[in-house]
Amino acid sequence: MEEISKVIVFQLADEHYAADIKQVSSIEKLEHVTTVPRTADFIKGVINLRGNITPIIDLKERLHIGKAEYTDNTRVVIITIEDIQVGLIVDSATDVVDIDPETIDDPPQMIGSVTEEYITGVVKRDDQLIILLDLDRVLNVDEINAVEDTITD
Amino acid sequence: MDTNQYVEVFLDESRDHLQAVNDHLLKLEKQPQEMSLVAEIFRSAHTLKGMAATMGYEEIASLTHKMENVLDLIRNNELQVTTEVIDVTFEAVEALEEMVASIAEGGDGKKDVSHLLAHLQKIETGETVAEESSENNQSQTTEMELDDYQSTVISQAKEQGYQAYNITIRLTADCMLKAARVFMVFEGLEEFGEVIQSVPAAEELEEEKFDQEFTVLLLSKHNETAIQERLHKVSELESVNISVLADLDNSASPSPNETESKESKQQDEKIEKEDNTAAETKQTTAPTQEKKPSTSKTIRVNIERIDSMMNLFEEMVIDRGRLEDLSKQLGNHELIETVEHMSRVSQDMQSMMLTMRMVPIEQVFNRFPRMVRGLAKDLEKDLELHISGADTELDRTVIDEIGDPLVHLIRNSIDHGIESPEKRKQQGKPVKGTLQLRAFHSGNHVMIEMEDDGAGINREKVIEKAIANGILSEDRAEKLSDEDVYDLILTSGFSTADKVSDISGRGVGLDVVRNKIESLGGHIFVESEPGHGSKFSIQLPLTLSILSTLLVTVSDETYAIPLSSIEETVALTNDQIMNVQQKPVMDFRGKVIPIVSLADVFEVPQEERTEKTDISVVVVKKGEKMTGLIVDSFIGQKEVVLKSLGNYLKDVYAISGATILGDGHVSLIIDPNALIK
Repeated sequence: MEEISKVIVFQLADEHYAADIKQVSSIEKLEHVTTVPRTADFIKGVINLRGNITPIIDLKERLHIGKAEYTDNTRVVIITIEDIQVGLIVDSATDVVDIDPETIDDPPQMIGSVTEEYITGVVKRDDQLIILLDLDRVLNVDEINAVEDTITD
Repeated sequence: MDTNQYVEVFLDESRDHLQAVNDHLLKLEKQPQEMSLVAEIFRSAHTLKGMAATMGYEEIASLTHKMENVLDLIRNNELQVTTEVIDVTFEAVEALEEMVASIAEGGDGKKDVSHLLAHLQKIETGETVAEESSENNQSQTTEMELDDYQSTVISQAKEQGYQAYNITIRLTADCMLKAARVFMVFEGLEEFGEVIQSVPAAEELEEEKFDQEFTVLLLSKHNETAIQERLHKVSELESVNISVLADLDNSASPSPNETESKESKQQDEKIEKEDNTAAETKQTTAPTQEKKPSTSKTIRVNIERIDSMMNLFEEMVIDRGRLEDLSKQLGNHELIETVEHMSRVSQDMQSMMLTMRMVPIEQVFNRFPRMVRGLAKDLEKDLELHISGADTELDRTVIDEIGDPLVHLIRNSIDHGIESPEKRKQQGKPVKGTLQLRAFHSGNHVMIEMEDDGAGINREKVIEKAIANGILSEDRAEKLSDEDVYDLILTSGFSTADKVSDISGRGVGLDVVRNKIESLGGHIFVESEPGHGSKFSIQLPLTLSILSTLLVTVSDETYAIPLSSIEETVALTNDQIMNVQQKPVMDFRGKVIPIVSLADVFEVPQEERTEKTDISVVVVKKGEKMTGLIVDSFIGQKEVVLKSLGNYLKDVYAISGATILGDGHVSLIIDPNALIK
């Protein structure tokens, strides 16, 4: 966790989450999404990201904390991990923040309602609690395939 | 010398040369008297030897050297072209190919070829008529191969008081302008006399197709030291080695004077005249001279670069669509004009781009003649392979994939189709069977046809087998048309061979062929006439990256259905939809086919289900099976750029990819094969 220094902070419901800036390629406004049939519920479809077909995930649904409500502040955080590129729908993307690794605490058992398996740590900052997300886990393809299997079965 | 950077070039060129040897050998087998073919083979073998030796691949060099010796004897009419010679040369070529392949895979290109060497040696010595001409000695000691024409010229020049020199020039390793140095050397030498031969040939030297060393044969009246001095004026030469041709040095009289130079002009004219009369022998070099310029204008480009260029271009195509839409909305005439012009230009660019990825199917067909020859030998069948349309071009990706299915079909035809010579004789057919391989363009497709004049497909036998293998029930068998029966051999779990042979009975049926072709977006059809042969026709799309599709809407979604799978679009009324076992079906040209609603399959949210009077149905087919897909409406035909859904979304049901429409929205491309049951 020492390597995290700059993070993108975004909001889901009333909570603040953060992702390593190295994994974020851009933040986009949500435009026309094409639904892809017979995929997991949290996969909202695909968008045209400058000529690249990019899948879109409702992060709230993925983390089992409700569903995205589409407002003017709704943003898509495009993240790239290895050869996978996806967009995460968030309620708003607020800030880029420097984080001192020293201030990161271990995740408590339960943060809000997000299970600890998706969390690498929490940071307290100006009375704000920022939850650091483990994007590798969030994007775990095997798990998604498992979800898909149960859907198609 | 560090040769690593040259390995790639060496491999490419070796393959080209081996292919050339291969082709010419096949021709030579049919026309054993055609000396120009021998010369071609010789030339390739020689170049190969030179390259291999420079690169340090001793085995290849020694094997090609032996080949060369045998070929040389043939060329000098001291040895007849026999089946034995052809066979062993083929074997040698095969061994060479293996060695080259091993180098390509990072190996050392070593292989035990001692038996081949011994065999070639036996041919070389065993059947050689006592060496009458001393030329043969020369060619071995000097590596300078002289044909009849050249030796005549030399002996005539000798009578005129000329001397024949064999000059080997070595350029320095860091020589930058090899072709320029070659030119300077030639220019220098021509002051003294005439260069009648060079190894490698002059064209190759000009194209820098040599390593560091080249040898020329010079006719001159000057002495060695004069030539040596002249050549030393040329920079970047490491060494100049001049020797006098052995049998001609008896009448050496190196003293220049005016009258003799006149004579030498006459001599030149004489040579030119002879040029015409000796056209036959001269032909040995002429064909390559004609071919060379066309090949020299091509460059090898990494396919990845072309692919990434294609990707960039695809983005432009999408923007083009957007611009077209926008300019129409704005209605500004100048803008519309400019956009239209840009569209035309980019359409031309698009087709250029596509042709860049196109390669002639020759690449695939090339390996067949030898394979067929080998198979015919192994199976004791007598047949001829006719290839036409080898220059038909196909997308690179298709070319890479189509080889194996074709090999499979050819093996199948030779093994099961063509009868044994005795049987053919009995049936009053020509003893030699024919196998025709044709490729040609047909609309937006490329057709590959493979036709044999063998036994054809035995309907009864196929049905019997199909029933035995449990893929057909007896009562259904009666009703099948011939086409349906022939189609069975392409079904999985089917194989007609009585005994499992090494050739086609590998437990892999022709269904593999069909699957592969269908995965390439193509189709395969079988036609057959018992007793007269069968024909396999393969229809392939020209390219895989741009698809012709029919755009349809379902609720708010737009889907693209590949035209290649569409049989027809029809409008049905509600009462034309019938139910069989609670499953909706429709009548399509007398056939009852199932129908599926795309909205249901894709779980598209439907706002209200208005009872429409007309129902739009797209009939898609997979082989003989058809299914009707219910959609809301048809938008029209459109060429779309196929894009993958990425690594995150793998194997989405019934979706083969996506494309971006003119308005920037993503539209999914349906894979109808998944929807047909």
